[in-house]
Amino acid sequence: MKLLTANFVQCTVKACGSSPDCFPLHFDQQIPDLPLELVHEDVDFSPEFICNVLPRIEWAALLTTARELGNTQLPDAKPEIENPHAAENEQLLRDLHTLLLETQIIQGSMRCANCGHIYFIRDSIPNFLLPGHLVQ
Amino acid sequence: MTQYLILLAQKHESFRKTELEALAELERVSVDLSHHDDNVPLLYVTLDCEEDARKLIRRSILARSIFEVWGRGNSLDSLHEDVKQRTSHLWPKYKHVSFKFDVISYQGSRTKEEQREIIESFSYVDFDGPIRMRSPEEVFTIVEEYKSKTDMLPSTERRELKDICFGRFIASSQRDIIDQYDLKKRKYIGTTSFDAELALISSNIGLAAPGKIVYDPFAGTGSFLVAASHFGAMALGSDIDGRQIRGTAKSNITTNYSQYNIKSQFLDTFVCDFTHNPLRQSFRLDAIICDPPYGVREGLKVLGSRNAERYADKLPTRLENGDLSHLRPDYIPPKKPYHFDALLDDLLFFAADHLVDNGRLCCWMPTANEDYGERHIPMHPDLNLISNCVQEFNKWSRRLLTYERCPRGCTLSLRPTTKSGRVYKEQFRDKYFRGFAKAKDHESVEWMEQSL
Repeated sequence: MKLLTANFVQCTVKACGSSPDCFPLHFDQQIPDLPLELVHEDVDFSPEFICNVLPRIEWAALLTTARELGNTQLPDAKPEIENPHAAENEQLLRDLHTLLLETQIIQGSMRCANCGHIYFIRDSIPNFLLPGHLVQ
Repeated sequence: MTQYLILLAQKHESFRKTELEALAELERVSVDLSHHDDNVPLLYVTLDCEEDARKLIRRSILARSIFEVWGRGNSLDSLHEDVKQRTSHLWPKYKHVSFKFDVISYQGSRTKEEQREIIESFSYVDFDGPIRMRSPEEVFTIVEEYKSKTDMLPSTERRELKDICFGRFIASSQRDIIDQYDLKKRKYIGTTSFDAELALISSNIGLAAPGKIVYDPFAGTGSFLVAASHFGAMALGSDIDGRQIRGTAKSNITTNYSQYNIKSQFLDTFVCDFTHNPLRQSFRLDAIICDPPYGVREGLKVLGSRNAERYADKLPTRLENGDLSHLRPDYIPPKKPYHFDALLDDLLFFAADHLVDNGRLCCWMPTANEDYGERHIPMHPDLNLISNCVQEFNKWSRRLLTYERCPRGCTLSLRPTTKSGRVYKEQFRDKYFRGFAKAKDHESVEWMEQSL
């Protein structure tokens, strides 16, 4: 799972839906059987895509996720970029590209801060299916 | 303004106009397609410039090629007259370029000799450049369409010309990539993999393009994901069946992406039940393109238990050794059957929530030919149905329904939502498995009771 996708997903337990704590899911507590594993995977750089996706990112949540995964380099406020091809924007767009699209969470788990349910990630694929007792 | 001729594939005719309209919108080309006829493979259009002609067709799957029209008639003589009148000022421009001539016939054919005769009858254009059969600079083409057999008197021996056109070739479509994406050559496929040609057409109609995020909530082996990514979109997919999403170590959705060399367009896949979707409410998608499971090749299931009382205490199940069963890596959550119509309604609600303004939902829906009616098409007040294309089989059809999200703030609130008023009756799969014969009333009622 790419870091960008982590910014799109929340806890799927219906009762958590209205709680502000169901998003983002947290990486701060990992279980011993499934240690957190990150890899870098090259993706072609598309400044247009980063520009288009920037407004859809919840910045505070991204800061939390990045911090939990060991990155504290992000600016506190969401940058505003109008021209994806301006030279002065290139470094920032490349940094975001590397963080959002090239950082893969291969294995690990995500925790809902509201209900405490843990979602596993194996082979880069998160599993959001719920056990019987959490389905309404 | 110049007249152009588009040659169309004689396949999936009801999708052709919708695809071209979508491409015109995507490429911002102004064109009137209202005279498109499903029965005619020749479509004449008026465009601003040659650049627009190239743009209109460059992503198309159902158009074959586009020509600048130099003349048109219903006989060779009237064609020559028109060519002389319309284009004599253009002839000097092509006097010295390398070129070749082609003859394309619909509903009829010409012998090699006849073709040569026709080509030679154009000698008055007086091109002096070299004739090259391989990669010439310009290709001039005579396109002719004959009247179909039913339009002719039985005594007429030779088929009668309906339309003949002379044009300069401008560009080809992407029709040749159907072969490249052919399921027979794809490394990772499953029983529910979707026909490559129709998946590519769906992606065109869904306006998949660079910079956009396209989602398939019933991704399976990722047929729509690779199609959307081929056109430059970032693709996101999910499925309740993790095995399909995962594949094997050597053959899976990402290896398909590598096969097509579009790996950078892959966003992610995740395992989830559509009725418990993890995508947060405020997250916006540019398009949703999917073929929801209707229960013929795969059972339609969602999270939940047939026996709801078992989980009434809301406590996790413990194994004999005290471990919580759902934390084991091999845990399989309980699932229950679901109604296809209910799933479609859920899909429309989801699309209304998550699509950007003017974003599109393209969803396939099977219908039995015996009792199809407009009432079967699900509706939502925030979604405008913009096309309903049909692929017909013997006793059933599948339709590609395309909806556009109304811009927020101008909802068509007068239209009713179907969800509340809809009674979930017999499912498509029940009709399918009884071969579309007449239902015994008690059977469908029984099914309804079982599943609700």
